[in-house]
Amino acid sequence: MTTTSSVAAPVDSGLRPIRVRLALILLGYGAVALAACLLAPLVGTTSISLARAFDRSIPFADNLDAQIFFLARLPRVLAGAVVGAALAAAGVVLQALLRNPLATPFTLGVSAGAALGAMLAISAGAAVGIGALSPVPLASLTGAFVAAAIVYTLATKPGRPMSTAVLLLAGVTLNSFFSALILFVQYMSDFAEAYRTVRWLMGDLDVGGVAPIAAVLPLVVLAFALFAVLPSSLNLLSVGADTAATRGVDVARTQRIAFFGATLATSAAVALAGPIGFVGIVVPHLVRLMTGVDHRITLPASALFGAAFLVGCDLVARTVLAPVEVPVGVVTAMIGGPFFLWLLVRKA
Amino acid sequence: MVLQVRQVSFSYEAGNGFSLRDVSLTVERGALTGLLGPNGCGKTTLLKLMAGVLWPEQGTIAFAGRRLTDIARRELARHVAVVPQETHPAFDYRVIEMVLMGRHPHLGAFALEGPDDLAIAHDALAATGTAHLAARAYMSLSGGEKQRVVIASALAQQPEVLLLDEPTASLDLAYQLEVAALLSRLNRERGVTIVLATHDLNLAASICGTLVLVREGRVLAQGATEAVLNGDTIRELYDVDAEVRFHDRSGHLTVVPIGRVR
Repeated sequence: MTTTSSVAAPVDSGLRPIRVRLALILLGYGAVALAACLLAPLVGTTSISLARAFDRSIPFADNLDAQIFFLARLPRVLAGAVVGAALAAAGVVLQALLRNPLATPFTLGVSAGAALGAMLAISAGAAVGIGALSPVPLASLTGAFVAAAIVYTLATKPGRPMSTAVLLLAGVTLNSFFSALILFVQYMSDFAEAYRTVRWLMGDLDVGGVAPIAAVLPLVVLAFALFAVLPSSLNLLSVGADTAATRGVDVARTQRIAFFGATLATSAAVALAGPIGFVGIVVPHLVRLMTGVDHRITLPASALFGAAFLVGCDLVARTVLAPVEVPVGVVTAMIGGPFFLWLLVRKA
Repeated sequence: MVLQVRQVSFSYEAGNGFSLRDVSLTVERGALTGLLGPNGCGKTTLLKLMAGVLWPEQGTIAFAGRRLTDIARRELARHVAVVPQETHPAFDYRVIEMVLMGRHPHLGAFALEGPDDLAIAHDALAATGTAHLAARAYMSLSGGEKQRVVIASALAQQPEVLLLDEPTASLDLAYQLEVAALLSRLNRERGVTIVLATHDLNLAASICGTLVLVREGRVLAQGATEAVLNGDTIRELYDVDAEVRFHDRSGHLTVVPIGRVR
């Protein structure tokens, strides 16, 4: 069949070509993320100058601005950028996989598994680490992978696409179950341990250096490599699994890549900084409001904006009640809770 | 023939009875074939099998002489497109985005659509009378507009075969006629082979050259519409007494149901 011959009057689709939009959005959102990462370390109880921090003529040992910038604040900002990008991208992918705009990276029980692992490690005073991975992040990753394996096994039948209904229900059930176990572990802990567990559950980007970030970075890089093949298939998957199949999408394979990519990104983010809520839902929705819903745009844009968003939230967390620090998870929840409700009302 | 279904059996859950049993049918190139049968008889299942969404437990399905199992999904999607009964995207895509998704099987994994793809999408919008809706949000459209946009998206695949599952089920009379005219035109002017599952006997009688009648997962009869559509086959198919007669003004057979047969 040939159909190009009889093109009628020009169609006004109200959209620029995808290549132009993608380039503009990567530039724009990339600039925002970069600006956030460069400017956030300048703000804090001690004010420093960017020019002085990068002044190579002053020896590092004598350059207080450089020490504060590179040693105290930059690792924290980088952690925020990595975690924000990972959670926001995982949110976009899971919302398409589950065909549910209200899904979050924590919907599938991965974060609850991670939290239980971390709680057990804290309570048991675990001391076993692998390389740069200290015991708590390692236990958290293990918990996340166990949770993901349970949910995946329940939702998959050989040769068939995943059941997104089972995926969702298993995730929600596992979240509740693990939450109960977390409470039990906390109940059995002494006061000091219980405080540490509660503090961990609030999320914290003060990771103490670049080594912990480097330890989980390979997982995040792998997750993004998986995400890179997904966007046009996610568009079709979000329209319907059968429609996707008849447009040439290998549905089962796409679902597997989406699930594993989102699991890797979420577990790495939670292992690094604890479960910081709402980033994975607020950012994708804000980005959709600004750029439309095409996943070829929203996925990279959400990753970049997620980085900037969490760095910004952490800046608020560090400074709003200075010298007291507010847990960053509380700041994201303060923004995310009302935003989530607004989304629900808007949908209704 | 372009599609051949040979002795196909299929069940959704092993050991729980067959949804389709020993079904054979052929779809000739350029034909407009109606698939008729009561609710749950296996029409949708048969369409999904022909589209390669489901795989038969027994028997084979071939497109242009090649088994579907030997054709990559992306390649099959360049030849066979499907219009489901209803399409509910999870996100509010614009109409042009919905239609451009039809270009997916023609693009590489990392390729973005270019001017040629856009021209094909615009042509599909024009062919379905939806060009003026291109910038609109899909979810803001009426049922008839949505169905035409989904047909446009399927046309953007540039398929040789279009499979439609009850495309007029939720439409009012005017939209039913509009979609019927559109399908007839696509078949006549563009040579698209069409298989149409429907409950609307008069729609089938008006545009389908051949019919396949399915009951309880088996093919009851198939052949030219005039040969297959009569009071006896309708009684056997639906347990309904109906009068089938040629209608002069419309120029095709019409079916008037009289009552249920116990």
